[in-house]
Amino acid sequence: MPKDQGIGASPKRREDVRFLTGAGNYTDDINVNGQAYVHFLRADVAHATINSIDTSAAAEMPGVVKIFTGADFAEVGGIPCGWGVTDRHGNPQQEPRHPIIAHDTIRHVGEIVAAVVADTLEQARDAAEAIEFSLSDKPAVVDMAAALAEDATKVHEDLTSNLCYDWVFGNPDDDAVQAAFDSAAHVTTLELVNNRLVANPMEPRVAIGDYSRATDEYTLHTTSQNPHVIRLLMCAFVLGLPEHKVRVIAPDVGGGFGSKIFHYAEEAFCTFAAKACGRAVKWTSTRAEAFISDAHGRDHVTKIELALDGDNNFTALRTNTMANMGAYLSTFSTSVPSYLHGTLMAGNYKTPIVQVNVKTVFTNTVPVDAYRGAGRPEATFQLERVIDKAARELGADPIALRRQNFITEFPYETPVALTYDTGDYVATMDKLEQVADVAGFAARRAESEKNGKLRGFGINCYIEACGIAPSNIVGMLGARAGLYDAATVRVNATGSISVMVGAHAHGQGHETTFPQVVADMIGIDESMVDIVHGDTGRVPFGMGTYGSRSIAVCGSAMVRATEKIIAKAKKIAAHLMEASDADIELKDGQFTVAGTDKSVAWGDVCLTAYVPHNYPLEELEPGLEETAFYDPANFTYPAGAYACEVEVDPDTGKVSIERFSAADDFGNIINPMIVDGQVHGGLGQGIGQALLENAAYDEDGQLLSASFMDYAMPRADDVPFYQVDHSCQTPCTHNPLGVKGCGEAGAIGSPPAVVNAVIDALQSGGKNVTHIDMPLSPARVWAAMNG
Amino acid sequence: MYEFEFEKPSTVAEAVAALADEDAQALGGGQTLIPTLKQRLAMPSKLVSLTAIPQLKELSDNGGMLTIGGAVTHAEVAEAAAASYPALADLAGHIGDPAVRNRGTIGGSLANNDPAACYPAAALGSGATIVTNTREIPSDEYFQGLFDTALNEGEIITAVRFPVPEKANYQKFLQPASRFALVGVFVAKYAAGVRVAVTGASEEGVFRWREAEAALDASFAPDALDGLSVDAGGMIGDLHGSKEYRAHLVGVMAKRAVAAAG
Repeated sequence: MPKDQGIGASPKRREDVRFLTGAGNYTDDINVNGQAYVHFLRADVAHATINSIDTSAAAEMPGVVKIFTGADFAEVGGIPCGWGVTDRHGNPQQEPRHPIIAHDTIRHVGEIVAAVVADTLEQARDAAEAIEFSLSDKPAVVDMAAALAEDATKVHEDLTSNLCYDWVFGNPDDDAVQAAFDSAAHVTTLELVNNRLVANPMEPRVAIGDYSRATDEYTLHTTSQNPHVIRLLMCAFVLGLPEHKVRVIAPDVGGGFGSKIFHYAEEAFCTFAAKACGRAVKWTSTRAEAFISDAHGRDHVTKIELALDGDNNFTALRTNTMANMGAYLSTFSTSVPSYLHGTLMAGNYKTPIVQVNVKTVFTNTVPVDAYRGAGRPEATFQLERVIDKAARELGADPIALRRQNFITEFPYETPVALTYDTGDYVATMDKLEQVADVAGFAARRAESEKNGKLRGFGINCYIEACGIAPSNIVGMLGARAGLYDAATVRVNATGSISVMVGAHAHGQGHETTFPQVVADMIGIDESMVDIVHGDTGRVPFGMGTYGSRSIAVCGSAMVRATEKIIAKAKKIAAHLMEASDADIELKDGQFTVAGTDKSVAWGDVCLTAYVPHNYPLEELEPGLEETAFYDPANFTYPAGAYACEVEVDPDTGKVSIERFSAADDFGNIINPMIVDGQVHGGLGQGIGQALLENAAYDEDGQLLSASFMDYAMPRADDVPFYQVDHSCQTPCTHNPLGVKGCGEAGAIGSPPAVVNAVIDALQSGGKNVTHIDMPLSPARVWAAMNG
Repeated sequence: MYEFEFEKPSTVAEAVAALADEDAQALGGGQTLIPTLKQRLAMPSKLVSLTAIPQLKELSDNGGMLTIGGAVTHAEVAEAAAASYPALADLAGHIGDPAVRNRGTIGGSLANNDPAACYPAAALGSGATIVTNTREIPSDEYFQGLFDTALNEGEIITAVRFPVPEKANYQKFLQPASRFALVGVFVAKYAAGVRVAVTGASEEGVFRWREAEAALDASFAPDALDGLSVDAGGMIGDLHGSKEYRAHLVGVMAKRAVAAAG
């Protein structure tokens, strides 16, 4: 009988009871006594000089509390970038000031140009319409190649150009790399675009700043994936406030996907304005604002080349990418196209020479930063597309070509700085072939052709670096923060447990999975354990949730803290049973003395810790509460293989996904049901990128797809029923649970499978199409077929 | 949204009187107007709701002529016309999503005349008559371009009269984001001839594809349309499809509609 509790069981998500019955407590549900509302007036042009702003008429409008412009923030810091990349010549990245409110220059549509605080939101909006501007329009810089031209208009006048950095990674010796290509039996080249995306979590961003004159303390309620990071960045770099006077609370958060990692201007504004106005200040983003103010994702333009020898072994890989930074550097922006992308370019393959070149570029567009997968989808997409193209050019079977080049011995040191600790790519490919029913494809294709449809099969592998990250390594690579996490296990006198964690749940199900681990370690019922998260006033300093790190890093901290609890509890139990603590065993919530029938229950030990009448007070402190910080020794490396089957309607170009199969190796798994859900969600987002989503700008820097009328989010009927398998498990070798993380895999691994399948379908219909840029909309597929 | 007055009359006469005020605007199901107001893109002095007027909620099937009140919702049409005019019911049943279909009205849709809306194709493809508080307007004269109709200021669509065809079908190719019609083609075969109306495609809004009508008059079969095409020149080209793509889809959807009409 399957376990219904503990590690490996699939209890239902306990948090869903409140989410599904309308009892969630999201930031917009919070209202502070006396709060005012802010409306941000946002730029509707992409690039302009602000000559003057006249707020005098607006200030006289009913209900207006105060109007802020860029001048009000001249004395505070700009929004910081959390990662400094060093370029190929040893120079630091170009890093412009990122103001809270545009001061002299507007640099993207959606940038804040003024903020009106009023008694009601409608009054704030009315007043904002009365603000008068004098602007001088400047040419918008949108296209990355044009932005890098000698005579390009500069997004930032004080920088030398629109180039943020020019970075090389892997083998830096151009001649040696070229020699490998010159001696290759075959070279496959592919130019492609990784399309810009808008995260669009269901809950838009919200911030409420509050200030207490009595205690000189600030509280910021915000929709964040990492409240401690927000507090640190805002206090230390922007507002110059002492951290102990600032509390950041991120309660229930309705999805993040990366877009709620970053410190945003609106958070600093509301905190600052609360003191300046003497009232709490609330902002709730509209969906329209979200499109032009939430950091976007992806937006790479890449040329990739793969060299093979006469036996189809990969001998060298070279990529050249331009990555869009937008107008300013968002929190983790510069790490995404560099260390989260270049380090994954080896993929699952033993290619001996890999060179990654990346130019990051400023443009008059919304800042670009991490989005589910962050750099790893961009790496996986180009690598798995070029391998597929090579297989077609060589007449090789795409599965066999991959298998032949798999890394099979671990640990494996890649040419791009990572050491994969464990994995079994042959096993996941074997499993995938079975789950995807590769053998039955020919019959399914024949059936589709009978109905006038083209059917295609696409496959790819992926590997990602998760469990971010060893602090010393990321420090060397330019991170301006550590990436450990923390947990405090607080045992109450009656034996129930609160675990305060630095990770933040915004859809991942931590409130269910984290207690499974602690309860399993002690042998008590899961209902005795709760987690607390999302409040710097209640949890230890943790770095939050992104990069599939929660269970691998914060979960490890929780295990370490629980181990400390158990060690101390054993000493108390030993005292109670007059035995040596070395002889104490803990099982099913009972402490026993080895070789005897003596026992004492978990609850009795906990009570003794807090009512220490019979207690070794001279040797042991009373109480039962322990904290651990955990800094991982390495990244974790989830990996797997995905297969997609599509039908293409040759008359319209419409693609429908008929099957999607995933074989993932996530190491050990805490809750298989939740892992299924994470994979399903990731696949949905990857399919969205592949077929539907596109944040498109026109040449004036206007976002063309700035609402759901034009930005195509995947809907339920756009995705198939998935075949998901995670029975291949090579446990992580360096964390206590042997876990790897599963949050991003689906989004990383699915786009190339979809595109490979569509190309396969078109070629089966006699169309000589070798590539189509995402999204593979009906119009694009039809154009490619009829090009 | 900006402030406005609100009235909810119970007769057409009261509604017409209420709409006489400067900048007063009629409100049907609000599926276009309310989002427009929320974005502060319109500033009516007054909204006059048409949804509490019993006359506008009437729906009758008079043996070959289906009359639908201006304030009848898409969901109501989908149910009530299922037997008498299944192609129209099917079209109504696939507009937007359930929330839209339970609020949006036929009069509102036709008065707005969005170039990607479905109902204009049905009305023009059926040769329907738009009945207002003052006159009857043949659909061939009613649609006058993007968001433009023959309606005068303050004129209210009280009903739409659809002659029921021998056979008909509507094929919609969805714009991937909005799921409005990227191209929608309504084909209806009457004793007097075939009508083919196209929505979503043209820069001029809904239009009749007369070449296809003539071909289908001669032979009501998909292959009768072989070799026919609309000129890409007047088509809409945007993020979701080029002019050429839309022109191509008109042919594909027309054939499919003929095939499905049987």
